[in-house]
Amino acid sequence: MLLGIQDIWVWLAYILSILSTVLCVVYGLINWNKGEEPVKPEDVDWAKEEKNEVEDAV
Amino acid sequence: MDLFTFTVVLIYLLATGYLGYQGYRQTKTAADYLVAGRSAHPVIMALSYGATFISTSAIVGFGGVAANFGMGLLWLTFMNIFVGIFIAFVVIGNPARHMGHHLDAHTFPELLGKRYNSKFIHVLSALVIFCFMPLYATAVIIGGAEFIGPIFHVSYETALYIFSLIVAAYVIAGGLKGVMLTDALQGLIMLVGMVILIIATYTMLGGIAPAHQALSDLGSQVPKFLGAIGHQGWTSMPKFGWSAAGTAMPQAVQYHMWWVMVTTIVMGVGIGVLAQPQLVVRFMTVKSKQALNRAVVSGGIFILFMTGVAFVVGALSNVFFAQKEVIRCQVVSDNVLMDPGADKKAKLSLVPENPAEDIKARAARFVSYRLPGEDEEAPLRYVLWTDKMVMKRSDDGKADLVEPHLVSIMRSVTLGTTMQGNTDTIIPKFISGAMPRWFGIIFMLTLLAAAMSTLSSQFHTIGTALGRDIFEQSVHQKHSTKSILITRLGIVVGLIVSVWMAKTIRGNIIALATAIFMGLCASSFLPALVGGLFSKRMNRPAAISSVQIGFLTSLFWLVFVNGKTAGGLGICKALFGKDNLVPPTWSVTWTVVDPLVVALPLSILTAIVVMLITKPMDKAYADYCFGGPKPNP
Repeated sequence: MLLGIQDIWVWLAYILSILSTVLCVVYGLINWNKGEEPVKPEDVDWAKEEKNEVEDAV
Repeated sequence: MDLFTFTVVLIYLLATGYLGYQGYRQTKTAADYLVAGRSAHPVIMALSYGATFISTSAIVGFGGVAANFGMGLLWLTFMNIFVGIFIAFVVIGNPARHMGHHLDAHTFPELLGKRYNSKFIHVLSALVIFCFMPLYATAVIIGGAEFIGPIFHVSYETALYIFSLIVAAYVIAGGLKGVMLTDALQGLIMLVGMVILIIATYTMLGGIAPAHQALSDLGSQVPKFLGAIGHQGWTSMPKFGWSAAGTAMPQAVQYHMWWVMVTTIVMGVGIGVLAQPQLVVRFMTVKSKQALNRAVVSGGIFILFMTGVAFVVGALSNVFFAQKEVIRCQVVSDNVLMDPGADKKAKLSLVPENPAEDIKARAARFVSYRLPGEDEEAPLRYVLWTDKMVMKRSDDGKADLVEPHLVSIMRSVTLGTTMQGNTDTIIPKFISGAMPRWFGIIFMLTLLAAAMSTLSSQFHTIGTALGRDIFEQSVHQKHSTKSILITRLGIVVGLIVSVWMAKTIRGNIIALATAIFMGLCASSFLPALVGGLFSKRMNRPAAISSVQIGFLTSLFWLVFVNGKTAGGLGICKALFGKDNLVPPTWSVTWTVVDPLVVALPLSILTAIVVMLITKPMDKAYADYCFGGPKPNP
């Protein structure tokens, strides 16, 4: 019995939950400085409209 | 409410209010960062995304399911992290952001509508969201009310109304804006609460391996009704297989638990999260791929501590209830009889004096008690009596000590539930019974935080589905005063319907309602969304037929095939005089297969086949969707 868990499939889920978190951490750190993109006018226009729309709803 | 509780709640509300006010003044919603051409801090972004993603549904509802099904539910945690964070952020996030900005789409239906240049798909997906998202909001609200009840010693209904008022006030006063600092504060409170919970639980049960071992050793105490559907212990997966057609009971149902756990809970929610309208829109508020890359780090850790902790603690609550629970109380009667009905499946009701012999024979025995400080007016509490129960007087002679020695699900059996208990009440019972009172209050804030951030984004999505998507598309009016009014109306209607449903459909429902909504979203939208984001070849007829087939198959399955939903809705019974349409010559296992298993492959297949046999979209328009110039009309 591994970690007191009876079934290998449950143990696998326990370990994979932790390993997938590790994957997220490692991937994020490796790519920390990658993927920077310049902000285009369409991005800003989108954000301005989003802001107005949410404020209207409130 | 004592002074401590009052102080903690006050500090929390003041902090939320202060951060909300700062957010207003400095205008720091995600959109504001983007307007300024900047990015929110990755931790702030991930915490606020996580707070929207995780709600009382995950913690109270699915935690309770883990108490019933066991640690196998951790497959959902794996899916939440790998699919809900890693795949979503790394694969889906950036294309969704680019396309959303380029097409100027602000809601999920609008994204689909503009990608396929189809008003029909725009309105249809908005209708699906408007009609079914309240179901998910209901699950979140029930999760909050089930928790507040036992903590403040008030009835479920009172807790429901208090909670709904807090939520309504929060949503209307600014929750909709999604001020990032407020959302992040809620994420932080959730994280702290869950970290304390897992450390306290493992410590109380003697450490990680010993706690799991104790849970494994409880295998012999699996209740009969769970054993019959394939439960093999709380650290084992349920029995897997497919009943042959015509198999007699009880063997016919021996694989039910596996199918519910894997197809409804793990796959329905695990895959469904990719097509969650409110989460897809969230990616559009991000500045760059870099911001997504960075948010993956804290996002993964956050989800592990949310669902991972909820499911482990949920399962381990069995050890606490079976071995360690001591209720310090005033026993009122040790022989209260409750009637589970002739078929033993009805809601338990008190047996009147001098009952008929048959009622007396089938009645279950309970002990009724009051907790210290509860007055005589308060409704009595009940715990199921078994011959393992120990009752004695405390050393100081001031109270009775009751040791029920029941596993979690049996501990949740009480007046108003069936003999199969209510999983939604297990986590609240565990927190109020096993943890110190101060932690109960902190944890209530955790749940309040979890619920408010999720509900805000849900009601915003429901409102815009009605106002921006359905109304504006139908009357060709963009951003009029009328459409704003209708958005607000949508929010109010969504809120009222959700609260009404939370009052009506209580009991073992949180996880099911969440899974139904998420599965429906995946089956209806996933092929159109993924195909639309990644392939220029994916065209309008393919998307429309895929959404229709996915949605209609799911709906048909829910109403006429799935035993639990078809039986619960009663439409099949009214039309055809039977609980579901699975022919007697078919395996009973069909009735526990989730709609997703059939509807999603059908919806994918439809998308591919129709795409291949129909003409591609106009090249200029397809190029436009993927960053090209807008074609002339």
